[in-house]
Amino acid sequence: MKGILIKRLVQLLMMAWSVGTITFILSRMLPGDMAYRIAAGRYGDDAVTAAAASAVRQELGLNDPVWLQYLHWLGELLQCNLGSSLVSGNPITAELQHQLGYTLILAAAAILLSAVIALPLGLICGFQANKWIDRCGLLISTFLRSQPVFCLGLILILLFSLQLKWFPVAGFDSLPHLFLPALTLALSLAALSSRVIRNSTLRVIRSDYYLFSRIKGLSRQQTFRRHGIRNIALPVVAFMGIQLVGLIEGVIMVESLFAWPGIGHGLSHAVFSRDIPMLQGTALTCGVLFVVINTLVDGCCYLLDPRSKMTC
Amino acid sequence: MLKNRLKQMSPGQWTGAAILILLLLSAWMAPLFGHGQPNLQHLQHSFAPASAQLPLGSDQFGRDMLARLAAAVRLSFGLSLLCVASSAFLGISLGVMAAWSSQRIDAVINFVANTVMSLPGLVLVLLVAGLAPGSFTMLYLGISLTLWVEYFRVVRATVQPLVNGPELQSSMMLGFGRWYQFRRHIWPAISGNVLTLAAFGAATSILMMASTGFVYAGLKPPTAELGLMIVELFPYFADATWVLLQPLCILLLMVLGFNLLAGQKA
Repeated sequence: MKGILIKRLVQLLMMAWSVGTITFILSRMLPGDMAYRIAAGRYGDDAVTAAAASAVRQELGLNDPVWLQYLHWLGELLQCNLGSSLVSGNPITAELQHQLGYTLILAAAAILLSAVIALPLGLICGFQANKWIDRCGLLISTFLRSQPVFCLGLILILLFSLQLKWFPVAGFDSLPHLFLPALTLALSLAALSSRVIRNSTLRVIRSDYYLFSRIKGLSRQQTFRRHGIRNIALPVVAFMGIQLVGLIEGVIMVESLFAWPGIGHGLSHAVFSRDIPMLQGTALTCGVLFVVINTLVDGCCYLLDPRSKMTC
Repeated sequence: MLKNRLKQMSPGQWTGAAILILLLLSAWMAPLFGHGQPNLQHLQHSFAPASAQLPLGSDQFGRDMLARLAAAVRLSFGLSLLCVASSAFLGISLGVMAAWSSQRIDAVINFVANTVMSLPGLVLVLLVAGLAPGSFTMLYLGISLTLWVEYFRVVRATVQPLVNGPELQSSMMLGFGRWYQFRRHIWPAISGNVLTLAAFGAATSILMMASTGFVYAGLKPPTAELGLMIVELFPYFADATWVLLQPLCILLLMVLGFNLLAGQKA
């Protein structure tokens, strides 16, 4: 367990370093003199003078060599001092706190909904392998997987909010607003995970130990409870770690599509408006989310499979 | 070798190949029939219905949809080909190098790969694309940067046991050159996986490009690009659902084609 945590901590540091480096390069590449730009941000566009700019330059050390500025940049990052947004002027950490709550709600709802869809479907397809229901499942999953998340979202919007008018198109007021974005994400996640559950189920019910427990006289339910669930769950939970990439990428697209005020929305807007502190903050948060959920998945695998305790 | 691989292809893979070839052919043929100007506007003909002159109708600026779709398909195919080729080259050479050389080099390359892996792919692409908005090169670099790690991991894991196996050891002792050993022993072992990864990688790069276009962080208008076209046409969905559905369907077909070609079992 300690090994897992150390590995994830190193991953977290490397992620922060790479985000910091890319955003540092980005900040060097913006057109115009940085000192003038910051001075304009502080004192208003009309009050910018050469004196104000040079004062800013002195204060922030913009005359230092590039490597020193780079170290300074990383140092600020290590202290979680992310600065404030170039667009709204609010401190980044405050904006991130606000956005993170919305993203977590959306992600949790999506994972829950995808479990509700994928678990029964995967189990049924596994028990009925190669019958018509399994083939239908494969067809639908292939179809869903072949489109980007935002296409799926567009189709759902067209269908549910513009034709049937059951749910609002976008926004974040109440529970109905959550449904369509969460469903979009959940469908794209379930398309893949239902197949993983199906394969895992098939492997378990065809195994010798499963057959043996039936032969020794356990009923179907007992066999499934004692020998099925845990063995089926292990590859599925391990796969969830891989699927996380899809979840985070999906969050970025779905939030932009449904105007859901979360991290992904913030990230794509920061790229669009070249708001570098915001870009750094949102990318960092995405990375942190990624690593943290990965660690949770690792922990689940560790608890599910006692064999892994010997290797760790 | 190619013949064998063609023989082993499943019906699903043939379907995928057929879809892709059909799309590519029509995208290349469209300019020959006078649909070669994707950005030419005819404002008086906005949302013209399908006719002999405009087989797929026109968009909000009266631009020829067939020409735009053909240009977008060519762009997506070109980008995915570039990305897959360079990321496969990079991933395979680094993977073989890591497995074949000293532990220190292995550790360094592995560290780089883990650094790339520590960020979700799309976040990295958005960051790199942010360096120079609207630049095709940056998009290409960003996508390739995220894709090569897959090849690296698979190749390294396959080659590592091979290097210490009897075949390569005796080949080495017989004095064959490294290139010969690579061709004779390593490439046959990794080629199947690499081709599957290449098909998936092509689908991923097409999706990534469309995704960046969709959030306005990729290429800029008036470029005919599938993600951009979708987001530009969306406000007019009520007037022209049929026009909005076109880029959606093309995107779906392209990704489906590559996914089928990869021949996934799951």
